Amino acid sequence: MDSIQRTIMSQTLLDKVWAAHAVRTLPNGSTQLLIGTHLIHEVTSPQAFGMLKDLGLKVLYPSRTFATVDHIVPTDERQEPFSDNLADAMIKALRKNCDDHGIKFFDLPSGQQGIVHIVGPEQGITQPGTTIACGDSHTSTHGAFGAIAFGIGTSQVRDVLATQTMAIRKPKVRRINVNGKLSPGVYAKDVILHIIRNLGVNGGLGYAYEYGGTTFDAFTQEERMTVCNMSIEGGARVGYVNPDNTTFEYLRGRNYAPKGADWDAAVARWKSTASDPDAVYDDVVTYDAADISPTVTWGINPGQAIFINENVPLASDVPEKDRATAEEAYAHMQLTAGKPIKGTKVQVAFLGSCTNGRLSDLQEVARYIKGRKVSSSVKAIVVPGSQSVASLAESMGLAEIYREAGFEWRGAGCSMCLGMNPDKLVGDQLCASSSNRNFKGRQGSPTGRTVLMSPLMVAAAAITGEISDAREIFDIK
Amino acid sequence: MALEKITQTSGRGVYVPGDDLDTDRVIPARFMKCITFDGLGEFAFFDARAAAKAEGQTHPLDDARFTGASILFSGSNFGCGSSREHAPQSLYRFGIRAVIAESFAEIFFGNSITLGMPCAVMSGQDIRALAQIIESDPEALITLDLLEGKLSIADMDFPATLPPHAQEALVTGKWDAIADLLEGIDDVRACASKLPYMAA
Repeated sequence: MDSIQRTIMSQTLLDKVWAAHAVRTLPNGSTQLLIGTHLIHEVTSPQAFGMLKDLGLKVLYPSRTFATVDHIVPTDERQEPFSDNLADAMIKALRKNCDDHGIKFFDLPSGQQGIVHIVGPEQGITQPGTTIACGDSHTSTHGAFGAIAFGIGTSQVRDVLATQTMAIRKPKVRRINVNGKLSPGVYAKDVILHIIRNLGVNGGLGYAYEYGGTTFDAFTQEERMTVCNMSIEGGARVGYVNPDNTTFEYLRGRNYAPKGADWDAAVARWKSTASDPDAVYDDVVTYDAADISPTVTWGINPGQAIFINENVPLASDVPEKDRATAEEAYAHMQLTAGKPIKGTKVQVAFLGSCTNGRLSDLQEVARYIKGRKVSSSVKAIVVPGSQSVASLAESMGLAEIYREAGFEWRGAGCSMCLGMNPDKLVGDQLCASSSNRNFKGRQGSPTGRTVLMSPLMVAAAAITGEISDAREIFDIK
Repeated sequence: MALEKITQTSGRGVYVPGDDLDTDRVIPARFMKCITFDGLGEFAFFDARAAAKAEGQTHPLDDARFTGASILFSGSNFGCGSSREHAPQSLYRFGIRAVIAESFAEIFFGNSITLGMPCAVMSGQDIRALAQIIESDPEALITLDLLEGKLSIADMDFPATLPPHAQEALVTGKWDAIADLLEGIDDVRACASKLPYMAA
């Protein structure tokens, strides 16, 4: 094999997608990268449309731009006008911008609205070998399909609207292998919390994470999305899984997926975008699935995580550079170093978000909560990630199971993940949450406390009123 | 679109200690209910400042000694989390013109450069030394020199650097990429035409 052929044969998916989308090299050495699919929402796009207008520019590829509304949407009283004038102005601005520029909008009355990172995949817009950008850091979710997907700021939303490209440096690639079978009661959420705990919240700076290994091979598409979603919490702007038959079967028949002969051609193309077996990585780390237990966060960033049966770490046990943050975390979370986190009282349980608001999340929890009741001291809400997820779940009888157990069944949106809509923590309430960020103030109250965990662990906390090991509560062996 | 060539920025400093200060901390999400960036300055570190006040303390951004400071110093992984451009926008509108940290989260870094707000990296040791100097002499004039890759205060110099592409973008007045990107539109169309999913 000559050297050129070897180079061609040893590429990562990132190398291949980058090469196909690199328009040119800019004077400062950055790449002008074509963004094939642009997803927009109401929070980070209005200023971008304003800038476009100021510059006298139009949207270059309106047919490659897709919009929905998620962050500010109330999940209970959903008729317009919203009681919050600012939220109402935002949905109206997005509607007008989409009308003015000919952009497809999965609007509230469409029955297809939802969290942007759930709508893209379920519509079949998210496809392997493509580039995707969205003004939201959890855009890494779409990497589960073997897409290279970037969270971007508003000026870059403007750049992509106007030129369908953005200026960016090619990241390095870290291959993260997880091998083996997860123990019962351990989920994709635990896998990504475990990875972030080990590599750190800034361990992924400058990297794209390529997830693989037999655990990922066996994962469903939705489990892969949960992991890719939180890549950014580990500092990696991009995370992806190589596309395989699981990916293709998920996409088959979806609204925007290729049809007929185009489908076969697309699958052949998609297969060829996967990393080559001898691809060269900038770094490789490997974990054993059997070593992972249900994981919860104890602090104020997603790297501050422990197994449910571990104690909150002592300051002396965390690396010296992390001690100040640990001290800040004990104070904010009202937790005691060296003591178990299990048994900590919970006031709110939130099941939803772009991390864990998909049908399989709702199905898995519903299997266990039948006949159980949410603790009288807990407010528990279930927020389907999209209207499609909600209607499927309702048709399967899941909504009834949740309601009977004492959960509120809500309309689709970001809800309590980020405090931009009426769903917020009050005071120093502690929330068992299936979302992705436990930052101070994240859930809408400056003193509110967030403990991240898998959906089933959220359900266990809702039922017992305290942070619990779901395996014990639901007798999972 | 000629932009200012940002080769240096001078001003007084303010130190906001902490690692992993995320963009929810820089600007809580509830203040993003807006359709322009106007007026975001007052919300910079809003909850952290209110919490300090409630505890009878003063957040550095509310400390009268540092009023008008334009160079913000902090710890590592500054600006992690959400991609919200509202975060650098609020700092800029508060009056910050450069951020110095041990490291930066990638999206925040890119958003800041696009606003013409340099984000330079210094060692933790140097930042803590700087913090002590600022504390004892809040009036001290600090200069971040992007051409020389150094930060000067009184008669001392410290290495303060940006990655070459960002440094180049700032000093050549090309920190907002839109003009360069627009020049490549013909190449964009050619590239897109080769991708089946773009044609569909």
